[in-house]
Amino acid sequence: MAIKPEEFNFAKNDQFNNSMIPGKMARYLRTCKIWQFIRFIVLNIKMLIVVSKSH
Amino acid sequence: MARLVVLGGGVAGHTAATFAADWLGRDHEVIVVTPNAKWNWIPSNIWVGVGQMSKEEVTFDLDPVYKKAGITYKQAKAISLNPEGNGSSDKPFVTIEYTGQEKAGKSEEVTYDYLINATGPKLNFGATPGLGEGSQLGEYTVSVCTADHAQHAAHELTKVLDKMRNGERQKILIGTSHGMCTCQGAAFEYIFNVEHEIRKAGLRDMADIQWISNESFMGDFGMGGLHMKVGGYVVSSRIFTESLFAERGVNYITGAHVNKVEKGKVSYELLDGTMGEETFDFSMLIPPFAGVGLKAYNKAGEDITDTVFAPNGFMKVDADYTPKPYEQWKASDWPLTYQNPTYKNVFAAGIAFAPPHLISKPAKSPNGTVINPTPPRTGMPSGIIGKAVARSVCDLITKGSGAHLHEASMAHMGAACVASAGKGWLDGTAAAMTVYPVVQDFEKYPGTGRDTDYTFGEIGLAGHWIKHILHYMFIYKAKLKPFWKIIPE
Ligand SMILES: Cc1cc2nc3c(=O)[nH]c(=O)nc-3n(C[C@H](O)[C@H](O)[C@H](O)COP(=O)(O)OP(=O)(O)OC[C@H]3O[C@@H](n4cnc5c(N)ncnc54)[C@H](O)[C@@H]3O)c2cc1C
Repeated sequence: MAIKPEEFNFAKNDQFNNSMIPGKMARYLRTCKIWQFIRFIVLNIKMLIVVSKSH
Repeated sequence: MARLVVLGGGVAGHTAATFAADWLGRDHEVIVVTPNAKWNWIPSNIWVGVGQMSKEEVTFDLDPVYKKAGITYKQAKAISLNPEGNGSSDKPFVTIEYTGQEKAGKSEEVTYDYLINATGPKLNFGATPGLGEGSQLGEYTVSVCTADHAQHAAHELTKVLDKMRNGERQKILIGTSHGMCTCQGAAFEYIFNVEHEIRKAGLRDMADIQWISNESFMGDFGMGGLHMKVGGYVVSSRIFTESLFAERGVNYITGAHVNKVEKGKVSYELLDGTMGEETFDFSMLIPPFAGVGLKAYNKAGEDITDTVFAPNGFMKVDADYTPKPYEQWKASDWPLTYQNPTYKNVFAAGIAFAPPHLISKPAKSPNGTVINPTPPRTGMPSGIIGKAVARSVCDLITKGSGAHLHEASMAHMGAACVASAGKGWLDGTAAAMTVYPVVQDFEKYPGTGRDTDYTFGEIGLAGHWIKHILHYMFIYKAKLKPFWKIIPE
């Protein structure tokens, strides 16, 4: 069976094997324009709250 | 008419000078002493370093901006302070040496009523033999700390990419050098931008990419790491950092003090006391930071540098510098007003102030080598501190010496930081992070030392969009274009 891309690096060394690697969905969402547009708004709001608490 | 002299036209100094000039109007004088003719948005040097931006895109001429703001601009570097004046006058002054304006090499004494020291770091390449000093370019490693360094790094990177195209496998080593470096975030951004560019060029199989850092664990970032709420868990930044390195196939060495750099090779000591070597074809290692080496003299001309500055060259302010063990560190050790305790008309802002101690847990190898990151003072805190200090000075000038001083403790403020992991409007990514507060406060937030409702991190394209927009926004603000004051630091 072909190895899944997200599982490929696990076999490289112990450091990688003991960590978490995002799967297909998580990686897709990272550059999915619609989802990222929503995250862009959410992140800006979250950052503005921290900025306003800091001034 | 009072005179405020600001030393350094970087993030903290430029913020302080431009706000002070605006608040004081033409009734008082603001002078900026800074050695460069251009202002540099340093975070975008990362993109210059991978050839994705030009030096011109991240810099602009200071002279017209200061003319517009009514600020007297001296293209010079400060050499020493005489906070009590000298034998012939009680007026405090700073001795400067011009680096431009057709007066290069000439000295001048500039008197002041108030002084803000915002001279940032000395990039201490000399602390690690072979790291590159003098021109700071062209030796064995490259740097992205200035726009010129980054331009040189991009040039060297192109050669490495060409070699890979010709079938030569290349080893890339990026991280920190000396055991007491800060600015791991910049190295983190650079390694992932380099990896992104190599991948884009279809050459990922031809590159071995290696991270080396003085952090005792991945994701420490000089802040003792951070804990974020993700998927119902409160998770250490270590988990996410290690995950990104595993995902992108970047090997890592932590707890390392690089003690020597030779052509194509670094030697290092680890926290467990073992020694190691790592070879490279291309390497960018961040140098440690120190104060810029200003001297101070009293009225009699005696050297009082030790009174005004800490041993690392950063200026003493209203912090608690009493040496104490990690267990006794408190948020209240951190400065509130950044006023020098000896000379009340002198303040320090940004990287130029001496922190009371580390934020990360101190660590030493069994051989006694100190290997721990020193505290970062990133753009947002530097800007906020610059503005608070400018506000205090303006109040002292306009309301008198009893005026209330403004506070901006790093233990009470948060920081937003967006770390690029690759540039591209459609395929770029960046880790958007906030921490609140920057310095852990275990009395207020027992457990993680921070408020996990306001400490978060997320990687994605949205982070890149934010980072790219911030590039334009902060350059716009620094150029004092319409409504610049409403853009937060
Ligand atoms: C590559 C890189 C990437 C970074 N990325 C980020 C990021 O993404 N986000 C973030 O928040 N922070 C980032 N930082 C950190 C950020 O750049 C610093 O926090 C910020 O620049 C500190 O501001 P400062 O004013 O204290 O120092 P600086 O901005 O360095 O300014 C110091 C100024 O003083 C001048 N000076 C030096 N010596 C003298 C002298 N003797 N007399 C007068 N003037 C002098 C210098 O020329 C300079 O203009 C990054 C840093 C680096 C190196």
